[in-house]
Amino acid sequence: MVPFLIRRLIGMVFVLFAVSVLVFFVFIWLPGGDPAQRMAGKNPTPENIHNIREKWGFDKPIYVQYVRMMQKAANGFLPGKHGEYDILSSFQNRQNVAKEIKKGIPATFSLCIGAAIIWLSFGILVGVISAVYAGRFSDRLITVFALIGISMPVFWLGLMSRYVFAEGHPFSIFPDGEYVPLTVNPWQWFVHLLMPWWVLAVLFIGFYGRVLRGNILDTINEDYVRTAKAKGLPAKRVMVKHVLRNSLIPIVTLFGLDFAAVLGGSAILTETVFNLKGVGQYAADSVQSLDLPPIMGVTIYATFFIVLFSVFVDLLYAWLDPRIRPT
Amino acid sequence: MPERLIEVKDLEVNFHTEDGVVKAVDGVSFELQRGQVLGIVGESGSGKSVTAMTLLGLTRDSNTSFGGEVIYKGRNVLDMNEDELQDVRGNEMSMIFQDPMTSLNPVYSIGMQIGEAIRVHQRADKAQARRRAIDLLRQVGIPNAESRVDNYPHEFSGGMRQRAMIAMALACNPDVLIADEPTTALDVTIQAQIIELIDRLKDEFNSAVILITHDLGVVADVADEIIVMYAGRVSSEPRSVRSSTTRSTRTPGACSGRSRASTVRSRSVCTRSRGRRRR
Repeated sequence: MVPFLIRRLIGMVFVLFAVSVLVFFVFIWLPGGDPAQRMAGKNPTPENIHNIREKWGFDKPIYVQYVRMMQKAANGFLPGKHGEYDILSSFQNRQNVAKEIKKGIPATFSLCIGAAIIWLSFGILVGVISAVYAGRFSDRLITVFALIGISMPVFWLGLMSRYVFAEGHPFSIFPDGEYVPLTVNPWQWFVHLLMPWWVLAVLFIGFYGRVLRGNILDTINEDYVRTAKAKGLPAKRVMVKHVLRNSLIPIVTLFGLDFAAVLGGSAILTETVFNLKGVGQYAADSVQSLDLPPIMGVTIYATFFIVLFSVFVDLLYAWLDPRIRPT
Repeated sequence: MPERLIEVKDLEVNFHTEDGVVKAVDGVSFELQRGQVLGIVGESGSGKSVTAMTLLGLTRDSNTSFGGEVIYKGRNVLDMNEDELQDVRGNEMSMIFQDPMTSLNPVYSIGMQIGEAIRVHQRADKAQARRRAIDLLRQVGIPNAESRVDNYPHEFSGGMRQRAMIAMALACNPDVLIADEPTTALDVTIQAQIIELIDRLKDEFNSAVILITHDLGVVADVADEIIVMYAGRVSSEPRSVRSSTTRSTRTPGACSGRSRASTVRSRSVCTRSRGRRRR
């Protein structure tokens, strides 16, 4: 197990390196044009442009620029004092990118973890119910709702639910957007996030429910399920221990990757619709103003979580299925 | 006076499909006494597996209907509710399936799967179930049972898995052991060992065995009675086959020879029946 983990962690470093190089080239090098000119604003003097170019290092060869950029990004995370040009900061307003991402993390994590709990538990519930009643009315009804859930885009569902349930609208049940830190007021944190959680989770509930239904129906016909029945186990135990346990293995993969993707910025729409000021919204704002360093920072941050969770998924996978346990 | 365990009277099993009703079993009758081995022979699709599974109520489904009676110790299995069936399954009557590669759950250890029935039926705790599982594995001839008990099915060979299946079936000292083609998925040398094992354990556990196979050679030596099924019906009256002499002359050497002869014999059965196919 330990060599496996070490191998995966080394692999993780390589993936992060490759992604950072790719991101650097895509965002900094490919757009072309002179970044110094862009930063200098309207009608700059030649000295002005020259100054910026020198300070930001745009006159250096491309690989030097890459290394400098990575140094700056690392400096942004490390404590201690750094010069204004020694940390990765936004072209737009010179804010420390690492700091801004850190600022957004509580909101993003609160949103994603809450939504994940909802979508996983309800997805499993929906999948089990529709598999148990496969072909009957309740299964068809659930299928219709699942398809509706999958078909509703987050921005539409988010705006509609705000329009119906938010303060100052017909039902006026929930506060309208914004994020309240957990440490400030747990109850307000919960109430403010309830709507965003569901909006983000609905799509996944429908999707997971459908996938799990199919898995369960496949597993139910396996020989070992018949063996379990022939042993005289109660139907519930057969369902949970023999059918569900085996059907959940593919769901784990799906969940690991989806969760990492949502953490890494797939929640952009939800965050923006509800104005939660998380990492996703930071990325969206930066894209709007073509602010390259934050986009780069967020991309690497997202990669980190996706790679990290795929390692988690592998470990979980090995725990669930002894056949792929590394010996 | 031998104790009668099972009496099947005019058993019918019908599957209702979209294309009409399929009569999988059509008027099958037989009896089973304690200590007896009953062989059910027939080509694939003749209804022998369906008959066996019906004895345990495993063919119950919304589109299956039954006729006749399956009397087990005075109670009709076909009339039992799910709870009563659960008490019988694995406890008083248990079953060994054809393919040991797929009949064991890949994500649980062998010991857990053997112990599961013990824990459910005898309300034993984990440690007791485990000890019993080790004993059973030893009885079915698994070496190093103490360490093997924690292995997973993929760490067992095909023959070992079938032995584990047998251990699982015998876990609660059942009265009736139904073996549905227990040797079909195994290679010839292992086949003889498994049949030998079932025959020996039947005496040790004082139970009766229903041995289902399409291989006449397999049943010829161990079965006390054989019924032959064809197209859902019994095509010959039960006949006594085993005499005390054949039994005592059986040796390990004869076993492998028997298996080879049996494949030839069963093939001739198949070719003969092909001419009489229904559609």
